[in-house]
Amino acid sequence: MAQLEVNTFMIDVNDEGYFTDPSQWTSEIAKELADREGISLTDKHYEVLEFLRAKHHEGVPLSIRKVGKSGIVDIKQFYALFPGGPLKVSSKIAGIPKPVSCV
Amino acid sequence: MEDVKEMTADVKKNIEEKKPLKKVLVICARGTLEDVYAALIMANGALSEGKEAKMFFTFFGLDAITKAKADHLHTATVGNPAFMRSLPTMVGGLPGFEALASHMMKQEMDKLDIPPVTEFLEMIEAGGGEIYACKLAADMFHIKKEDLVDEVKDIITVGQMYDLAEGDGVQIIYV
Repeated sequence: MAQLEVNTFMIDVNDEGYFTDPSQWTSEIAKELADREGISLTDKHYEVLEFLRAKHHEGVPLSIRKVGKSGIVDIKQFYALFPGGPLKVSSKIAGIPKPVSCV
Repeated sequence: MEDVKEMTADVKKNIEEKKPLKKVLVICARGTLEDVYAALIMANGALSEGKEAKMFFTFFGLDAITKAKADHLHTATVGNPAFMRSLPTMVGGLPGFEALASHMMKQEMDKLDIPPVTEFLEMIEAGGGEIYACKLAADMFHIKKEDLVDEVKDIITVGQMYDLAEGDGVQIIYV
């Protein structure tokens, strides 16, 4: 298992950089991770991240479609907020495992 | 011997310099439920991985982007040996059987969060994908732009379709 240094924290991640322990996540860590992806987080970003974390906690498999139906953002806005693969990028910043959905 | 060594080095270099896939052009020429979904899932999957995706629908594939038909596609229950192997082919041909089988398949897909065709096309457009119809096939089936779902950007020729596939790291997928 790899470790990632964010600010002064050491986070457990897999080889692709996804958190292996979502409880290590904080909003400050998210900000730093987002910066590394070239994204500066707004309140809207945080709303999406919280939604993803909540769904992951409930054990609901995530998909772009679900985020689009969340009432927080539509699919177009989701792509705009997290360019370069919205669900992958947002999951990484949200400190949850890489999504496995094909849809 | 030197040549072989050089070649091996070349192959190695190519593997090391990973050339990422940047764009897919998915051509869908079929109108059966499973083929259309295969095309949609591959195009949408590329977008959700941060790649570009273009779609070109031709021949019976036009059904998938025709307003009146898109959400009523069927799967073949006759002439499809992979469908319910234990079922005699004749049964697959009974009236209403194909509609029933297609309905059941759609229900199963809904459970997996797979959207209906028209919603899938909306998702692809929202993700930055582009959807085109084939001019020749549209002419042949007497289909006009207004018969097609709003997400269809244009009706284009095969030459224009190849223009869509220009650039580095592009793959064309034919369904």
